[in-house]
Amino acid sequence: MDWQGQKLAEQLMQIMLVSSAVVAFISGYVLGSFQIMLLIYAAGVLLTSLITVPNWPFLNHHPLKWLDPSEAEKHPKPVSANTSSKKKAGKK
Amino acid sequence: MHSIGYRANALLTFAVTILALMCAIVSLSDNLNSPSPAAQVQVLNINWFQKKPDGDDEVSLTLNISSNLQSLFTWNTKQVFVFVAAEYETSKNALNQVSLWDGIIPSKEHAKFWIHTTNKYRFVDQGSNLRGRDFNLTLHWHVMPKTGKMFADKIVMSGYRLPEAYR
Repeated sequence: MDWQGQKLAEQLMQIMLVSSAVVAFISGYVLGSFQIMLLIYAAGVLLTSLITVPNWPFLNHHPLKWLDPSEAEKHPKPVSANTSSKKKAGKK
Repeated sequence: MHSIGYRANALLTFAVTILALMCAIVSLSDNLNSPSPAAQVQVLNINWFQKKPDGDDEVSLTLNISSNLQSLFTWNTKQVFVFVAAEYETSKNALNQVSLWDGIIPSKEHAKFWIHTTNKYRFVDQGSNLRGRDFNLTLHWHVMPKTGKMFADKIVMSGYRLPEAYR
């Protein structure tokens, strides 16, 4: 899942869970049934998990552009000498 | 939110937290209920009144308990526990409370009732102080919720008196 997808998934999850809770509470209060409230909320949680947890395509519309392997070979990683790596360890 | 496990964990944690908040609000909504319970207890008969071999007084009563506790029930009520206690004062104890009968009311339909019964639990004194004793009969109730705070209250009915002599 790409970054935009993750953000969307998180927002969807929060909004859907809170709305399920609100709808469940109001329904339960008006109907005078605690059980109805719990059932509606459970259904809401299940629906939210089906939409936000799996790696759906609509959550991957902005995929990360990884560097092509052939292009990567043209720009090798800089080789670090022993002394320079020791200095880095010291700085940490 | 980078993996399924992460998202599932976040969703479940948030869902349970919201559930806890919902239960708290449900319990608070019970305060909006203003109950109007009514009760009456009659002592129909003093079956017997004796001093036990160990020296304590004991009395057996036949009671008629009638009550309407329907207004106590809300959507968050699991059951109502109700009991009748005899209360009196002696020189030994400032307050004696003896539970004579109790019951569980499972739903609103059962909350308007009358029952004709002898005392379910024995009315025994700590000593021999019951002759001619004035006592109150108190109907207590505990409204047990499905979630949250339990409410308890009572109605005190006074004016009862035990006989002057054993029978």
